[in-house]
Amino acid sequence: MSAAEEVVAEGHQAVEAVPKRAMTLGTTTSLVVLAALLIVPLFAKNFIIFQLTMLLIYGLAVLALNILTGGSGQFSLGQSAFYAVGAYITAVLMEQFNINYALTLPVAGVICFGFGFLFGQPALRLSGVYLALATFALATAMPQLLKLNFLEHWTGGVQGLVVTKPDAPFGLPMGQDMWLYYFTLVVVLAIYIFSVNLLRSRSGRAFMAIRDNEIAASSMGVNVALYKTLAFGVSAGITGVAGGLSAIAVQFVAPDSYNITLAISLFLGMVVGGVGWLPGSFVGAAFIIFVPNIAEGISKGLSGAVFGVLLFLVIYLVPHGARQVAIVSQQLIGKFKKN
Amino acid sequence: MPAVTGKLAAASIVLALFAASTSTASAQKKYDTGATDTEIKVGNIMPYSGPASAYGVIGRTEAAYFKKINEEGGINGRKINFISYDDAYSPPKTVEQARKLVESDEVLFIFNSLGTPPNSAIQKYMNSKKVPQLFVATGATKWNDPQNFPWTMGWQPNYQSETQIYAKWLLKNKPEAKIAVLFQNDDYGKDYLKGLKDGLGAKAASMIVAEESYETSEPTIDSHIVKLKATGADVFMNITTPKFAAQAIKKNAEIGWKPLHFLNNVSSSVGSVLKPAGFENAQDIVSAAYLKDTTDKQWDNDPGMKEYLAFMTKYFPEGDKMDSYTVTGYGVAQTLVQVLKQCGDDLTRENVMKQAANLKDFRTEVLLPGIKINTSPTDFAPISSLQLQRFKGEQWELFGDVISADVGG
Repeated sequence: MSAAEEVVAEGHQAVEAVPKRAMTLGTTTSLVVLAALLIVPLFAKNFIIFQLTMLLIYGLAVLALNILTGGSGQFSLGQSAFYAVGAYITAVLMEQFNINYALTLPVAGVICFGFGFLFGQPALRLSGVYLALATFALATAMPQLLKLNFLEHWTGGVQGLVVTKPDAPFGLPMGQDMWLYYFTLVVVLAIYIFSVNLLRSRSGRAFMAIRDNEIAASSMGVNVALYKTLAFGVSAGITGVAGGLSAIAVQFVAPDSYNITLAISLFLGMVVGGVGWLPGSFVGAAFIIFVPNIAEGISKGLSGAVFGVLLFLVIYLVPHGARQVAIVSQQLIGKFKKN
Repeated sequence: MPAVTGKLAAASIVLALFAASTSTASAQKKYDTGATDTEIKVGNIMPYSGPASAYGVIGRTEAAYFKKINEEGGINGRKINFISYDDAYSPPKTVEQARKLVESDEVLFIFNSLGTPPNSAIQKYMNSKKVPQLFVATGATKWNDPQNFPWTMGWQPNYQSETQIYAKWLLKNKPEAKIAVLFQNDDYGKDYLKGLKDGLGAKAASMIVAEESYETSEPTIDSHIVKLKATGADVFMNITTPKFAAQAIKKNAEIGWKPLHFLNNVSSSVGSVLKPAGFENAQDIVSAAYLKDTTDKQWDNDPGMKEYLAFMTKYFPEGDKMDSYTVTGYGVAQTLVQVLKQCGDDLTRENVMKQAANLKDFRTEVLLPGIKINTSPTDFAPISSLQLQRFKGEQWELFGDVISADVGG
């Protein structure tokens, strides 16, 4: 059993085994959350709407990593590379080829899927920490690749590319920020539903079988190599879409935006949200967006250290992240109902 | 959105009433969001963490300087409320922080935000919101573009004008030079190189015999120096950041290459580059400067520098007095204070830009003698002149006139 599988498997033992249905939220909770996501922007400032949009985008990227690690048990510290590729594809198509922003996202997704699938091939031979290292190399290389001279014509080199923010279509009476939020929400919802169904499907069961025990999975007839690379491809594709959305929301892409820090943030978001629990991805995204701001508010000079302490507290008190909190509160509510 | 428009409408009615009621009392007082009778809110974004955190000291110096101003009674009776956020040099974070400053903290303008990629990320936003992005802390040439970006202005001389000055000097004094260039492979290095080529004009192709670039991730640049020596060049254009500049000076001496050595201003610090490289290796290096170097003994009794040192001791004792970034922070903060003084009681965003573009022969005493800050509605490059200097003994000796080279973005 590889290191990656051990970590994930341990998680399952500690907080009672999570059946695949528990990878999502209950119907009532889902509807409440969805309603909140729909209504809140109507009453919020543009800046808050922008932050919520970023939350959804990072959440999507964390979700992609969650499918890979939580679903198929493979580590990746290279998600920032796929995110960068997606962002650049969207930015270049929009600015250099004048293609509609909504059409650039599927392109980003498909190219990143191919990229991830291909990267998954050699990565098959690696597992656990070795795979993490290989993907780490990808993340470190990406900013430099984006600076390459022969790409500069399209990418703008180190100067980056400024992206024009789209207006709301059909003369809808809403600002750019609000339109982009709802646009992002629709994309994220679609991918979320796709991911939930993917993990519940035959392929999802194959992912999880590989995660839990590769040998057992292959003796059951699961094509381990295919499903492992497929998991990589799907994860990279979703990350690419998230990257594309971020380019539109931030209105700027530059190599410096997609360094290893981003990859580690996404990884951190996944752990805080709970490995293998899809809704937790968005809780994790909230953590990586808001907690650094809180840390900065506490001490400017020591913001990094304060962030470290907060992170340590979270890992120490709720080692299984938001999933653990959700399960505990579910049990409490259950008891409450019985009484 | 209706709710927001409603609020806005209500707010503007209140504002209009307020304006109507006060206009009789004092006709000239005009405010935009972020300015009141008692306070001016100034936003700032710095990399306090992350790869470029060494620059964070600029923001801390500015905070200390505004504290001094506030303790002395503020500007026209108004205190400066300096709100500075960390973006870790990551453009998406810069966008988030800029929006927070403008939309949530409601600052009057953003001042001295640092870095070329971070500022590029927010330039379009700031200009569409019509909020000044004043005195950005980067030497890229594109900030001097009042036509397309009337709400963005730089401060320091841009990189291109510096190498243009070297090119002018070479064309005049050494027209047959064979130039070898070493530059950092990023926007800063490429901007410098472009300035050199533009400055040499048609002769660039024949005069530049070698161009070598290096990545900041390389541990040493020794091999590049050896390669450049082999080209037989007699002029070495050293466009490197401090650590690499010191390596280059040392390596030159080691392998006995003695070309006419031009060292870019970024790395001209006596304390952090020339001393570690060894004074004996640094003799006769030529550079250009606009600020006084705190580590240079010739300014020991200079009144302007004494004032700076007194400020540092009293308001920023934990800061490093020898650090050129603290000098920069001090100088740019003084320039802002001048702009706000000129604004008087008309603290609208439009007037802030108007006054920033109306600096006439302004000097902060950390500038070299003879260098003045001048701006106009068509010239958004506050400091556009530099003076050549040659390293002799243990200090820089200024020579020649103050040379100006205005380059538009």
